[in-house]
Amino acid sequence: MKPATAQRWANLLILPTLNILTAFVVTTLVFLAIGVNPIDAAKLLVKGAFGYQNGIGYTLYYTTNFIFTGLAVAIAFHAGLFNIGGEGQAYIGGLGVGLVVLAFDGWLPAIILIPLAILAAALMGAAWAAIPAYLQAYRGSHIVITTIMFNFLASSLMVYLLVNVLGEKGQMSPETRSFAESSFLPTWSEMLGWFGIPFASSPLNISFLFALFCCFAVWVFLWKTRWGYELRTVGANPDAAIYAGINPKHIVMMAMLISGGLAGLVAVNELLGVQHRLLLGFNAGYGFGGIAVALMGRNHPVGIVLAALLFGALYQGGAELSFDMPNVTRDLVVVIQGLIILFSGALESMYRPQIQRFLSRFVKDEVSA
Amino acid sequence: MSEWFTLLISTLDATLRVSTPLLFAGLAGLYSERAGVVDIGLEGKMLVGAFAAAAIAHLTGVVWLGLIAAIIVSVLFSLLHGFASITHRGNQVVSGVAINILASGLTMVLGLAWFHQGGSTPSLTNNERFTAIQLPFAESMQTVPYIGPLYSDMLSGHNILVYLAFALVPLTWWVFYRTRFGLRLRAVGENPKAVDTAGISVATLRYQAVIIAGVLCGFAGAYLSTAQNAQFIRDMTAGQGFMALAALIFANWRPWPVLFACLLFGFLDAVAVRLQGVSLPHIGTVPVQLIESLPYILTVILLAGFLGKSRPPKADGIPYVKER
Repeated sequence: MKPATAQRWANLLILPTLNILTAFVVTTLVFLAIGVNPIDAAKLLVKGAFGYQNGIGYTLYYTTNFIFTGLAVAIAFHAGLFNIGGEGQAYIGGLGVGLVVLAFDGWLPAIILIPLAILAAALMGAAWAAIPAYLQAYRGSHIVITTIMFNFLASSLMVYLLVNVLGEKGQMSPETRSFAESSFLPTWSEMLGWFGIPFASSPLNISFLFALFCCFAVWVFLWKTRWGYELRTVGANPDAAIYAGINPKHIVMMAMLISGGLAGLVAVNELLGVQHRLLLGFNAGYGFGGIAVALMGRNHPVGIVLAALLFGALYQGGAELSFDMPNVTRDLVVVIQGLIILFSGALESMYRPQIQRFLSRFVKDEVSA
Repeated sequence: MSEWFTLLISTLDATLRVSTPLLFAGLAGLYSERAGVVDIGLEGKMLVGAFAAAAIAHLTGVVWLGLIAAIIVSVLFSLLHGFASITHRGNQVVSGVAINILASGLTMVLGLAWFHQGGSTPSLTNNERFTAIQLPFAESMQTVPYIGPLYSDMLSGHNILVYLAFALVPLTWWVFYRTRFGLRLRAVGENPKAVDTAGISVATLRYQAVIIAGVLCGFAGAYLSTAQNAQFIRDMTAGQGFMALAALIFANWRPWPVLFACLLFGFLDAVAVRLQGVSLPHIGTVPVQLIESLPYILTVILLAGFLGKSRPPKADGIPYVKER
């Protein structure tokens, strides 16, 4: 094996695997700290997530959200930007869905209403990302800070709108009226029913396929188009990009608009697919989860699908686990997310020196032989 | 005495109370970022601190042990941040995000498993928390017009952590601008190479700064759960760590302005609480959410360069690599 090839394999496979393993080793320590047998818990988790049709449906439904936010974070990462604002962009995407559906669901047919609502989700998510993007590109303010601030602003705005403007009067919780049925996305049990295949009813809907399509589209965009090439160039080396005639400001805007749009699509799955009304906190945790998904998936669409599936399974399996084990809450998933971000993100190169030492010995042997 | 004056006094009194955790956390961020380590993880460190303080105060019945526990746990998270961002030169923002998410998850998971109250810790009795202390002559001053209420009702009657937080501002100023350590700390955040050339370890200095930040976040957390409230509630920091970060940016990374930014943000919060559902003459009802978001809006406007120039420490967020 040539040294360069060995290095490539170390970066692509060995390091990420070690990082994720470390995160899971620490997770088992947390299990032990709360007095739960990690093996029993893992069995229950897997059974809850994949053991029966309804469980699979929930797993893939959560996966859908994580794919959208994971792609959102990843595309910004490729441009060298850290978008922490997925949470707020998803929230405002929901506002777009809500406004369109509440305005038009009385008279537009599903075939026009649904695409319009999806477009609104993406546009509003993109719009919410556009301001931090503009401030980063043209005014030099740091996008991490502004996207954090915009998460809080989104949350305040939504509370205000749902409590004072959009909310249905006389409701206990601030939420809008139910959407008309013409806005409902078909669920998997309905879609498979068209072909005579029975599938247990679950929140899983057509958005999952849409999410997979978005993965493909992001892959094509990043690696097969000129814009994608320019975006990755800016992320890899802004100076070289300028020298090559690329305007990094335009790329920052483009990357963040796409990123915000993708995050906004969470609202499609949640509101058009499942909740059928606009409500507080439907976005909770998916924006931050997307960071873990993108880091774990190495910012590649295929990796993101796999990482999203893992987190979807943990969400669903974790819910199941908390039924059976009163000592456990689903918030355990949050711990795992944190650990993944820590070990696959911040401590990404923790094992690099050891690997390098090991590799150099190994490769040298090869050369001398 | 007019009703307005009484209202003003009670609002300012509340301002001091809600500014305190912001001030602890803001100063924590100041130490860390002036040394060149970005600290998005203030929120998370406050949260674990709050949890540790309430848990230990409940278990031992001694509030000071709770405070010590908060400081220890918060410093451990700080060291984790240091390990990732100083030793391994990882992305400091990613590390901070990890700490926040980890803190949120761990406190919920451990809280439920250990105390069985849906993630909260049991309520603390008054002996197990920091309670109000009366400043000298507070009672006899009460009757003096204007100055009396100002002293007795606003300045007096807070717990010791409030006074400590405010005392830390001049102390921090003195450390930053009048001690050798402070000079080096500021230098390592502006030009670490120069510090390194002078034979001073960049890593050691940054670790010291990060540890101080951990200690201060521990105070902030303990204040939330054992002084301002009487138990830990899940996610009880509710964005105050980010608010402190906003205050730090708003203050352009300087000690006295941090105090004013925290007081301003605290005042807005205190006003928002009082304006809930109140209709003002000529204006009507002001949306509470608008006032609550003002700190964030102001910070964004400042960052955009519309309110003067934001000038972060030059090496803030950049890992230091020695030349080979």
